[in-house]
Amino acid sequence: MQANLTAYGFMAPAGLLVLLFFFLPVLIVLYLSLTNLASANFTSNLAEMEFIGLRNFQTLLNDQFAKKIFFNTIFYVMSTLALFNVTAALIVSLLTAHINRRAGFVFRALWILPRITTSTVYILIWRRMMAEAPFGIINQVNTALGWPTWNYGAENPWVFVILVNGFIGISFGMIIFTSAIESIPADLMNASLVDGSTYLQRIRHVTLPLLRWPLLFVVTYQSLSLLTSFEQILLLTDGGPGLYRTEVWALTAFHRALSNYFGNTQWGYGSAFAVVLVIIGVILAVVYMRVFRFDELVAEPRIEVL
Amino acid sequence: MEVELSNLSKKFGDVVGVEALDLDIHDGEFVAFLGPSGCGKTTTLLMMAGIYRPTTGTIRFGDRIVNQLQPRDRNIGMVFQSYALYPHMTVFGNITYPLKLKKVPRQEQQRRVEAAAETMGIAHLLDRRPAQLSGGQQQRVALGRALVKEPDILLFDEPLSNLDARLRLTMRGEIRSLQKRLGITAIYVTHDQVEALTMADRIAVMNLGRLQAFATPDDLYERPPTKFIAGFVGNPPMNFLDIEFAQENGTLQLRSESLELGLPPEFAAAAAAADGAVTFGIRPEDIILDDNGPVSGEVFVVEPLGRDDLLDIIVGTEHFLLLADPKRKSRAGDRVRLSFDMTRAHFFDPRSELALSWK
Ligand SMILES: Nc1ncnc2c1ncn2[C@@H]1O[C@H](COP(=O)(O)OP(=O)(O)OP(=O)(O)O)[C@@H](O)[C@H]1O
Ligand SMILES: [Mg+2]
Repeated sequence: MQANLTAYGFMAPAGLLVLLFFFLPVLIVLYLSLTNLASANFTSNLAEMEFIGLRNFQTLLNDQFAKKIFFNTIFYVMSTLALFNVTAALIVSLLTAHINRRAGFVFRALWILPRITTSTVYILIWRRMMAEAPFGIINQVNTALGWPTWNYGAENPWVFVILVNGFIGISFGMIIFTSAIESIPADLMNASLVDGSTYLQRIRHVTLPLLRWPLLFVVTYQSLSLLTSFEQILLLTDGGPGLYRTEVWALTAFHRALSNYFGNTQWGYGSAFAVVLVIIGVILAVVYMRVFRFDELVAEPRIEVL
Repeated sequence: MEVELSNLSKKFGDVVGVEALDLDIHDGEFVAFLGPSGCGKTTTLLMMAGIYRPTTGTIRFGDRIVNQLQPRDRNIGMVFQSYALYPHMTVFGNITYPLKLKKVPRQEQQRRVEAAAETMGIAHLLDRRPAQLSGGQQQRVALGRALVKEPDILLFDEPLSNLDARLRLTMRGEIRSLQKRLGITAIYVTHDQVEALTMADRIAVMNLGRLQAFATPDDLYERPPTKFIAGFVGNPPMNFLDIEFAQENGTLQLRSESLELGLPPEFAAAAAAADGAVTFGIRPEDIILDDNGPVSGEVFVVEPLGRDDLLDIIVGTEHFLLLADPKRKSRAGDRVRLSFDMTRAHFFDPRSELALSWK
């Protein structure tokens, strides 16, 4: 009992923080999503706010754009995850593990730059790149090479949304994969070569199978974090061009609840979007924990060795 | 397959791994690399395997220089100290792996894996994963994996050091007889001198990245060419003592602070080659407790080893280790008399540490 009290005592500060900064906000958002709170029907008196039950969610279901935004989100998360956060990260890690150590370090450091650059600066660079002729850098190159210019922002917004987020996403997987690759015992790697493998065969038969847990971890973690990320899209396309071309769910929640969309800030309706996101996130997390047996993943050493 | 290393060196930046190594290994020979930790044994082995690129020198297998060959083109089998079994593959998967890479037909793979497993006594374990095996079983799987591709050369890097003493003894015998039966040239790294002495046809003794000697176990034991080898080979180790040679009444003598012993005439050459101080070495078994012996001493420590008692005896100011029959029930403080079998004495130059009596 005494020991338990001490343990709870030590856990209390962290527990309090989680309560204060996660559970409480979720509860508030949950409550807000059940109200009609919006700038159009609210002046300065909180008492004017009306409790409207699940009506916001009903509206959401019938919202003609909600479906499009939902599939946008799935497309965005899956493509970024598959192309960059996992595959590109893996390629960078494997590549830098097979070249000179210092060169590998420098190359990896380059890939961390997108993550640590202030997002406004980072997006500014990209917007400069993709801008229309004659301003955009890519279009200037096109012109110099005699190729046709192109309005990337209007024609291929998804390509750039995914590139922009993918470049940021690489570093996380890269760090995890690199440390996992480096912790594979040297004897094991040498044994594979002596047994007759080429470097590629060794990657396929030895390195990748041993990266199973780190791979699952990166998929889990990054899909959840992509699901809730929106600031780069906000800065790059603001969900456009046109109506909701690159709008994702988290961005909608922001647009409805916190920015003056259509001249009316709908805190209640925006909260409904946020609540859906929280629910999807929690369901996904539970599924991942079950499917990937996350408890084992956390309990066991990161890579499987003898 | 013959193996020849000439002027082989490996430097890691400023760190010397191996320096100017010359070695000729005969076809079918079992050669042990013996030396203390960090002397470059593994480095040499990994250069032969093609993992490390030599800084200088050449490696020849048969009549081919293999310096530029990838590991997979050298047809070697290697057994690692950590066994290095692939944890995500079954025992069967581990042993077939080299055959799969060689694109051996499936049926033949099956046949050869089963044969190798049979030889190694692990046929009943083929479905298990390495984590479900004991150390000794893992060792056998590793050996099976090295043998299954019928290599020209077998490389062992301290393969038995993680096994218990008893298992080590049986595996020693098994590896040795398997190697003789298959006639594969084997290079066996160890820092256990008993392993080297009992298994090898010849032993390459290394220290600080350099080859100290390359000779048969008998030669190394009977005629150690350097003081390092004399001290390293043999257990308990050789006794060393600073002495000077002297002539008295026409007979050769050895003198130290607390010891004066006559020497047989065959050491005249050694005495002539000596210049002042000399290091005298004598093995524990060549000092005998003998009530009529010329030297008197006192037992300082008794260490029972089972079959023998290891005695630390003080003669004047010098300590000597020697072996005594436990039936004597020696105890610390006993006064004893000793005789030295001087025909088995060793002499070394204290500066160069080279043997004076033979080269
Ligand atoms: N990859 C490396 N980078 C830098 N130095 C190394 C490397 N490998 C070995 N060395 C150094 O080279 C020397 C020889 O090492 P090696 O591993 O060959 O010793 P060893 O004889 O096998 O020792 P042990 O009995 O402990 O296995 C040591 O001083 C070691 O620190
Ligand atoms: Mg070693």
